[in-house]
Amino acid sequence: MSTTLPRWIDVGLLPLINILAAFIVSGVIIALIGENPFTALTVMLKGAFVYKGALGYTLFYTTNFIFTGLAVAVAFHAMLFNIGGEGQAMLGGIGIGVVALALGGLVPPVLVVLLAIPMSALMGAIWGIIPGWLQAKRGSHIVITTIMFNFIASSIMVWLLTGPMLREGQISPESEHFADGVLLPQMHTLFNAMGMEMARSPLNLSFVLALVMSVVGWALIWRTRLGYTIRATGHSEKATIYAGHSPQKIIMITMAISGALAGMMALNEILGVQQKVILGFTSGYGFTGIAVALMGRNHPVGILFASLLFGALYQGGAELDFEFQNITREMVLMIQGLIILFSGALVYMFNPMLERIYHRLTRGNALTQEEGA
Amino acid sequence: MADLWLQFILTIDATFRVATPLILCAMAGIFSERSGIIDISLEGKMLMAAFTAATIAALTSSPLLALGAAVLVSVVFSLIHGFACITHKGNQVVSGLAINILASGLTVTLGIAIFSQGGQTPYLSGDQRFSSFDLPFAEAARSVPILGTIYAELISGHNILVWVALVSVALTGVVVMRTRFGLRLRAVGEKPEAVDTAGISVTILRYQAVVIAGVLCGIAGAYLSIAHGAGFVREMTAGKGYIALAAMIFGNWRPLQALYACLMFGFLDALAARLQGVDLPYLGQISTDLILALPYVLTVVFLAGFIGKATPPAAIGTPYVKER
Amino acid sequence: MTVSSSHKAKGGDDLPLAISLSGVSKTFGAVRANDDISLTVQSGCIHGIVGENGAGKSTLVSILYGFYQADQGEIAVDGKPVHIRSTYDAIAVGIGMVHQHFMLVPPFSVLENIILGHEIKAGARNLKEAKAQARDELIALSETYGLTVDLDARVEDLSVGLQQRVEILKALYRGARILILDEPTGVLTPQETVQLIEVLKSHRDQGVTVLLITHKLREIMAITDHVSVMRGGKMVDHLATATTSPEELAQLMVGRKVLVNANYHDATPAGVQMQVSDLTLTGASGMPLLRGISFDLKAGEILGVAGVSGNGQSELLEVLSGITAPTQGQVTIGSTVISPEAGLSPRDIKALGVAHVPEDRHAMGMVLPFTAAESAALGYEDQPALGTSMWFRPAAIEDHCASLMRDYDIRPGNPKLKSNLFSGGNQQKLVLAREMSAAPRILLVGQPTRGVDIGAIEFIHQQLIDMRDQGCAILLISVELDEILSLSDRVMVMNAGQSMGIVNKADANAQSIGLMMAGVQ
Repeated sequence: MSTTLPRWIDVGLLPLINILAAFIVSGVIIALIGENPFTALTVMLKGAFVYKGALGYTLFYTTNFIFTGLAVAVAFHAMLFNIGGEGQAMLGGIGIGVVALALGGLVPPVLVVLLAIPMSALMGAIWGIIPGWLQAKRGSHIVITTIMFNFIASSIMVWLLTGPMLREGQISPESEHFADGVLLPQMHTLFNAMGMEMARSPLNLSFVLALVMSVVGWALIWRTRLGYTIRATGHSEKATIYAGHSPQKIIMITMAISGALAGMMALNEILGVQQKVILGFTSGYGFTGIAVALMGRNHPVGILFASLLFGALYQGGAELDFEFQNITREMVLMIQGLIILFSGALVYMFNPMLERIYHRLTRGNALTQEEGA
Repeated sequence: MADLWLQFILTIDATFRVATPLILCAMAGIFSERSGIIDISLEGKMLMAAFTAATIAALTSSPLLALGAAVLVSVVFSLIHGFACITHKGNQVVSGLAINILASGLTVTLGIAIFSQGGQTPYLSGDQRFSSFDLPFAEAARSVPILGTIYAELISGHNILVWVALVSVALTGVVVMRTRFGLRLRAVGEKPEAVDTAGISVTILRYQAVVIAGVLCGIAGAYLSIAHGAGFVREMTAGKGYIALAAMIFGNWRPLQALYACLMFGFLDALAARLQGVDLPYLGQISTDLILALPYVLTVVFLAGFIGKATPPAAIGTPYVKER
Repeated sequence: MTVSSSHKAKGGDDLPLAISLSGVSKTFGAVRANDDISLTVQSGCIHGIVGENGAGKSTLVSILYGFYQADQGEIAVDGKPVHIRSTYDAIAVGIGMVHQHFMLVPPFSVLENIILGHEIKAGARNLKEAKAQARDELIALSETYGLTVDLDARVEDLSVGLQQRVEILKALYRGARILILDEPTGVLTPQETVQLIEVLKSHRDQGVTVLLITHKLREIMAITDHVSVMRGGKMVDHLATATTSPEELAQLMVGRKVLVNANYHDATPAGVQMQVSDLTLTGASGMPLLRGISFDLKAGEILGVAGVSGNGQSELLEVLSGITAPTQGQVTIGSTVISPEAGLSPRDIKALGVAHVPEDRHAMGMVLPFTAAESAALGYEDQPALGTSMWFRPAAIEDHCASLMRDYDIRPGNPKLKSNLFSGGNQQKLVLAREMSAAPRILLVGQPTRGVDIGAIEFIHQQLIDMRDQGCAILLISVELDEILSLSDRVMVMNAGQSMGIVNKADANAQSIGLMMAGVQ
């Protein structure tokens, strides 16, 4: 849909209004169940930013969203709707687990980590390229196949973690602990080592990696010929063919990149914190990536901001559990659903209204200038 | 041998119980998608309905009232989907996803607020639910070999909503394939311009379709919490809406084929439950998790055109915009 | 009624008015698509509306059919003022429309398509009975109007001509007494066009009023009683067909005298640049699309390819540019051979010095949501001046685009503007500029002036002739016969995927080429 609004309204004000609408509806629901929405908001903000270590936690969650948000965005540029981030991240986690458990103890931990990072991307890429191949060569709708691939991945996870990968003598589905030192350094240890004070949090090097990938993602889409071709494919396959590229090849490459980014999300959770493969570590981050990409307008800068918002929501939401009887962190899911609804499905609902107001204001300006002249 | 036969009949019986919500949701999906609106929010609507039904049943002890409320809430969510996708021409997948996530959060939040039981609703006793009932002479028939067992174990002893699900298939078949409304519904999913230029409102038709989908998902949700189950537990739909979606696709957007797909997927589910921890001759223990993944794998294989050819409605997923 | 009765002086007739519009206006955003339109159509006539692309014809009939609503103005049907708020209202007052793009549901049967929206007429209790009832009525209807079609066939299996017949039958079934046809012959073969003309004449004799929208003057002259001319959203004139000529209509359509053969001067062709022999292409369904095409293309000449749309011209262009591989035969460019086995991509062919201005600039020639600069790099994004095989350089492509905009007078001259914000003429100039600036040895051009305003047409024609004079070998494909005749040094005519022969400039005229286009050798 085209708009006649200037850019700052389109990419700045409009998303803010949409988030505001989601928050207002959430506030009404909170009020309906008998709590004060403003108190809840304050608790969440404090929980996300103010308390000791809170920011670290917020940025830890932010890291997950940057990876999955970038994954969705890259695919979006080729007009591919990859909602398989969950499954791709699970496969990424399996990849890390396999490398860490097979090599841990045999080779130096640093080497294991250095191998686990590309492995997470590779496994995610494989789980992305299959739906990509099905879309490109067999015409299978990618939305449906990626949904199915999430469930298939989930079944594989359950099977592995209750069978072949299950830790000896363990009942809850998780793998053996990785060997000592097979983890990504945590930020507070790095900072403390450099003599800087930082509160304990699970924030680890993955965050830096996520920032690097944001830059790489930006360069890929807007500064490489591949990115140009990906965007062309998204808008017009015929034009891509005319320019001498194969849209099918581009679709598969794009889905591989998208899957790789989603797969790397597992680094943060598995190699950054858990040091073992556990069931359900993706906890919906893949789906939230869709919201992140939508809000961030598929641009890495926007994705950073949106990831921070969702990171704060997740961390702040955890605080709700402690402070309220009637509100739990599931409240965050509700808010998230509303944000996706308003800034995704209803993204242009406020557009006509804004356009009217804007044009009235600017016309008013033009008139007063004329009168003045 | 008799025991094996009984085991088989009981598995088939369980198949119907498991397949009931799938069937209802698959029919819901057919109405929505045949009109051109992708509906991945079957899951969320069913979850909202399950929660509403259990809540109203716990508060009023009237299963009928609970069913009505469940349908109503599910329809409201359908209307939200319609408002986003039809009125505001939003992305149908995004809208469906939003509803699913919203439902996950809302059911738990409201559940805690109302019952303070960690998101569950209180246990429902017999008369607060749609209980199973035996058909006449079921006990007497039990002694008759084969046919008797089929009658007593398979046909008798279901709750009313199982029958509603089966009837819904017949109704969907007649409405979609044999009526004027069905003709228009299929037309609007294939070529909305043709419907518009015939003087029929695309918007109204599509709203009608999503509302019907809402009603069916509402019944499916109520089945889960106040007929098959005895109360709501968080995330109790557990992906059934997506399996129904898969079954609908596997059934090529046709009611009868979708029914078969639901029964097949339901059978796999029932079979997995039966085989849990059982040592089979020659095979040993089969991983039930991998059996449970089969519906998804089969659907992918079908979509890839390796078995049959998927022919979705031509206009699906694209909002109708009059050409300038 | 006889045809001549409606040839009396306009307005002075006592026949009832089927349609009367006064002061109808419609604005889309900043575009005034219809500006104060008045029109009267006499009952039982064939009335034509002519105008160039974008003159506002389609908007006007869309208003009449309730697809859009006029901002201002009055409409009367059969002398009674009506408010047409929706298509439903239009059908109710007896207006039927055959759209340029058919409004049929492909997997439905003909019968289902026809009754859609008017399924159950009085007496039927269910859809099945209604279908049986409709069947009888339709058989009678098709006999009356000579519109035979198998009611049980699936529409997607029918030819375009038959689908159009279904559309007409559909309108009549809904009780249309006024039939609007929007560019009905654009997709038809010459034979089908002849049949359509007969059908429409038979309608007139049965008392149906026909409103025919077209930009083809030949058809207007052949069948209409009256003609109205539109230009730039305004109604320019109303004429009785018998009293006018194609030249006069053309002049009214474009607003001034069209310069045919503007700057044409004889070519001095040199060596053969491209040799095509026995080129054959078979479609996915086994349908022959190209059948044994052979020709030579020389440096410094324009070889025009004439033909009714859909006779293999598009496929020829796609094979020559490498988008589709031929099934048989070969194309030789220098020492390189394009054959079924060669597997050359459009990029390989471009490297041989072949540039291609595609027929469909919106879908293929540019990427509409891209900036003009990005569109101006399409297919050349790895050329040394613009980028590398790895990197994309926005600054370089913007500079490049800015210089193209200066050289080819493309407005507005802002490389950062989105491609879809340019007018058709400027978009086409941008594509042309991109391809010409690559200094090709061979230029393949498809429909260079489709949807382009007059001023840009002259500019584009001049550019093509200049390119030719510089020694470029140009293959020009166009469905506009005038364009072919005024620019080409030789003309090849295509019909049903075959070449009907190549005619030299001196021997090419509308008469002879027209016969060849129709398949008459």
